[in-house]
Amino acid sequence: MSKKVGLYIYTGDGIAEALDIDDLVKLATDDLGLEIVRTHSDLYSPEGIAMVKQDVEKEGVDGVVLAGISPRYVYRAFDFPGVVVENVSLREMVVWSHQVNPDDENADKMKEHVQELAEDYIRMGVVKVQKNESTEPFKMEQVNQRLLIIGGGVTGMTAALEAAEAGYESLVVERESELGGWAAKLRKQVPIGPDYSCLVSPIAQDLINKVKANDKIVVKTNSEIARIAQFPGEYRVSLKETGSKSEWDAPVPLTDEEKLDEKGNELSAEDQKKIYDEKNEGRRHYMDEDPNAEICGAVVLASGWKPYKPADDEFPHLAWGDPDVITNCQLEEIAKKGKIVRPSDGREVKSIAFIQSPGGSKDDSDFPYASAVTSLVSLKQAKYLREDQPKDGRSYIFYEHMRTPGQYEYFYKGLQDDPGIFLSKGDVTKVEKNSSGGLTVNVDNTLIGGSISVEVDLVVLATGMVPTTRDDAVVNLAYRQGPAFRDLDLFGGYCDSNFICFPYETRRTGIYAAGGVRRSMTIEESMEDAAGATLKAIQCLKAAEEGHAVHPRTWDFDYPHFYFQRCTQCKRCTEECPFGALDDDEKGTPKLNPSRCRRCGTCMGACPERIISFNDYSIDMVGSMVKAIEVPDDDEDKLRLLIFACENDAYPALDMAARKGLSWTPLARIIPVRCLGSVNVAWVKDAMSSGIDGALLLGCKFGDDYQCHFVKGSELSKTRMGNVAESLNSLGIEAERVKMEQVAIDDYKRIPEIINGFMDEIFELGPNPFKGF
Amino acid sequence: MSGSILVVGGGFSGVTAAVEAAEMGYNVYIVEKESYLGGRVAQLNKYFPKLCPPTCGLEINFRRIKTNPKITFYTMTEVESVSGGPGNFSVQIKVNPRYTTPQCNNCVSGAEAVTTEVPNEFNFGMDMRKPLYMPNPMAFPNQCVLDASAVSSGDGEKIKAAMPSGHIDLDQKPEILNLNVGAIIMATGWNPYDATKIDNLCFGKYENIVTNMMVERMASPSGPTGGKIVRPSDKEEPKTVGFVQCAGSRDENHLNYCSYICCMATLKQALYLREQSEDVEVYVFYIDIRSPGERYEKFYKRVKGDAKVHFIKGKVAEVRGGSSPGGVVLVAEDTIGGGKIEKEVDLAVLATGMQPTGATVQIPGIEYNSDGFVVPKEGIIPCGCAKRPIDVVSSAQSATAAALKAVQTLVRRAG
Repeated sequence: MSKKVGLYIYTGDGIAEALDIDDLVKLATDDLGLEIVRTHSDLYSPEGIAMVKQDVEKEGVDGVVLAGISPRYVYRAFDFPGVVVENVSLREMVVWSHQVNPDDENADKMKEHVQELAEDYIRMGVVKVQKNESTEPFKMEQVNQRLLIIGGGVTGMTAALEAAEAGYESLVVERESELGGWAAKLRKQVPIGPDYSCLVSPIAQDLINKVKANDKIVVKTNSEIARIAQFPGEYRVSLKETGSKSEWDAPVPLTDEEKLDEKGNELSAEDQKKIYDEKNEGRRHYMDEDPNAEICGAVVLASGWKPYKPADDEFPHLAWGDPDVITNCQLEEIAKKGKIVRPSDGREVKSIAFIQSPGGSKDDSDFPYASAVTSLVSLKQAKYLREDQPKDGRSYIFYEHMRTPGQYEYFYKGLQDDPGIFLSKGDVTKVEKNSSGGLTVNVDNTLIGGSISVEVDLVVLATGMVPTTRDDAVVNLAYRQGPAFRDLDLFGGYCDSNFICFPYETRRTGIYAAGGVRRSMTIEESMEDAAGATLKAIQCLKAAEEGHAVHPRTWDFDYPHFYFQRCTQCKRCTEECPFGALDDDEKGTPKLNPSRCRRCGTCMGACPERIISFNDYSIDMVGSMVKAIEVPDDDEDKLRLLIFACENDAYPALDMAARKGLSWTPLARIIPVRCLGSVNVAWVKDAMSSGIDGALLLGCKFGDDYQCHFVKGSELSKTRMGNVAESLNSLGIEAERVKMEQVAIDDYKRIPEIINGFMDEIFELGPNPFKGF
Repeated sequence: MSGSILVVGGGFSGVTAAVEAAEMGYNVYIVEKESYLGGRVAQLNKYFPKLCPPTCGLEINFRRIKTNPKITFYTMTEVESVSGGPGNFSVQIKVNPRYTTPQCNNCVSGAEAVTTEVPNEFNFGMDMRKPLYMPNPMAFPNQCVLDASAVSSGDGEKIKAAMPSGHIDLDQKPEILNLNVGAIIMATGWNPYDATKIDNLCFGKYENIVTNMMVERMASPSGPTGGKIVRPSDKEEPKTVGFVQCAGSRDENHLNYCSYICCMATLKQALYLREQSEDVEVYVFYIDIRSPGERYEKFYKRVKGDAKVHFIKGKVAEVRGGSSPGGVVLVAEDTIGGGKIEKEVDLAVLATGMQPTGATVQIPGIEYNSDGFVVPKEGIIPCGCAKRPIDVVSSAQSATAAALKAVQTLVRRAG
């Protein structure tokens, strides 16, 4: 339905001085045919707001264009039910960033450019509102409110108890025959508050008792995940006995290598299907529905860690392989049974050397997968020996860096006063069997000066905690993109997030990792993390219920719509979705799972047929904005540059640049986008065919330390723009007219330079050869 | 879904806790004593180990606040007292006047109307600002502040006259409000430990000794030096820089605990310096490099791989003036070889630690431990650095967990 659009032009903050306001009003009334066009010198004041409100109520305005300050500064004040509000940034994007010095010889020309810039932004803002369709949120019939918790260790049990405390049921799936995980195998725990001198009893048993007594928690032991199918709100979870095979095991798609023949050419679809079927023999199709599946709404992944077990030939200089050289986990097992005894002969141990770093003088790294936990565990175990042998027990800890961050320092400090615990920095160079049947540990560069040798009964290696996701998908998702989390290799196999600010965000919506599977953590940290992940899982249920997105676009009630009649089953959307939100049928027609979707628009950007759009952000809307730009076809001074800028990073940086009085060419027209991933090459082609002379895309950093909030958007955009540039080239338009640059939100000095630099390049190329056609 | 949650502190942890709780459907109040949200991280140039700008995540969280009507926030506001119990706390807050109205977000004309300048606290006094100012370039809310001192002097009237009418309101008075909430999340954060208290490190005595937080501001493109790390004495880029680790931390005379972040912050700042200059030499004096876990160890390795970053195991015990103009000599005990190590540098950076705000200012009705960290109780939930010294990632986890604890309190009390 067409909208009644009202345009409100702010004339404060120097806008009226810099622009011909009457001319803008004339443009809106005459050219754009708007009935309601008003100006106000203090538009954002209570009076200004009242003026707009009156038009909404009395005149039936349902599309409001505020031509004034940056959209980033306007919120809530102009929220009227059922009214679309668009902010056109005249102040930042036009006036502040393009200040005209009246003494400049080109001042008149410059004023003309700036006026045209304002006109274009108003045209674009008005068409954007006109193309904004009302939207109905996607509502599921029923949202299952139960959480699936994978792992019944301290993290998983805590998650279940925390969920129960908030009123939610959960299903805990544990591979072993008992709950408790590694924490149940401890003799004692490190204290986390005063008195720091005493070890504390393990918490695991208490948690086990609470979980068993809680009627909101169902526990399945000896079980693991065969597959998790469907989507948040209605995950269908197929369980199986630990270690067994099941027809419901999630199928694994072909890797990129498997899709190629020996010569590196891509195999035919039939051949690929053959290999796929062989690879997944005995497994049901990923879209098949297990009638016996458990239904859960969201997932907490708390599958934890396993001890790092050195290979047989690893650490020969530390005498690994000798029965009396063991790992910290092996020592814990011995200590849990009673007094610490020597594996080789069962004698009570009187002295232990703990080794934190295996690298001798060459490398000061701790063992693989080590962390603060491995430092704390050695300190704790040193104390075990002192408990077992209070008279003559001696513990040595040799470290490169003692890692007891925060208040754990108090525990470390407490041990320093124990005469039976000897702590020293040192490079452990060799461990060898001695004639008395014990082990001699040689250490260089110790704190007591120089090299020392100590004779001990037992040597303990402070090895680390390997995340379960390193070698196993664990979650076994029945998704088009495969069963495992993505990007695990970026984090050494940990199921971690790449976002410092949003550590629960991964590429799989509705599944939130906590505890040792995400990072090496103490019990205290794991329990806190469990609570955090539980909250995110519950939030995901609420989002599915209300039909809005989860982080980062939690306010977004729209979702992508597909015009399937024109779908060519090219699979780009299903393959490129950073979040695996799309499945497909046998023919390859995409099937959207809205509760998995983050609304980034990467599918919209991917689709060569332009059949994917949102109601409030569409191919047509942005395409029309591009076409709304007036392109003079006979003025070589008035070339036009189109810029798509990430709305979260590049666009705020431009705001900042404007605030600082930095300037960029007035020939550029900037369109903020959700993510560069949503930029469809059709928009660039439209721009080129309408005579615009260049297109620049400003997106976030990609690569291992990617900053794109939709993970892959900016990276995909780079590839796509490379492709479009090629195809433009074949039409006689230089490929150099399209460019993508990686920027960050604090790059406000650099971005104007990038824009101006690119504009210079466009001037070098001259006008778009298609101009005027 | 009944009941409200109060978040005390609008820094990284407080904002996180607030948006997470609000996205569970609860009404949330944020009370922040500064004039902007974002707290300490707003002052940082980059986060370790990704080296990404903190404003990026803040921008997203501010958008979550802007689009969520369940969140009400108060800046320049202090909590005066807390009484009552879980499910029914009564909290008295004092909203201090900003002397501007919400539409005042561009104050150039007002600022230029007076000549008065005061040290800019956002940049630790390394530059000056006018009494009418935007707290920082990315400030949220985007609303200027007028100093109370300007209101009482003649400056206030001059500024008011120079600004559009209705933007400056000199008649604003402190306002006392009472909030009734079911749970309180304490996200009161931290202050950099006061370096002037560490006598032997001579901060304030020699000009070219700065703190790590000052380096963050200098490294920031919006900072007092436009992104360059310089020596205060001559504004030149230093050729040699010494980092003094555990400046006040792990020290029974100052902070007895480890501040967790200072090792990683120094590694990050070493990279800032190396990016700034090809030939700068960096010396890090440390007790232990605390870069625990896979990602931080990788980061340490990366910095260690730079031949111009030197790690010296030894705690700096003494600082004195150097032989070159402005030079500073760091004297450390050599824990390995014995004796002393001396190194003259152009610029010394004290890696000061974090002290919870509760060590200096306590809210009546809230219990603190001897270090100033908040003691949790039912319905009073500390998170982030109000709970323990932690990094940003852990603060996000802690704040998200705190949001759940707060929700649980309301669920329990609702019966």
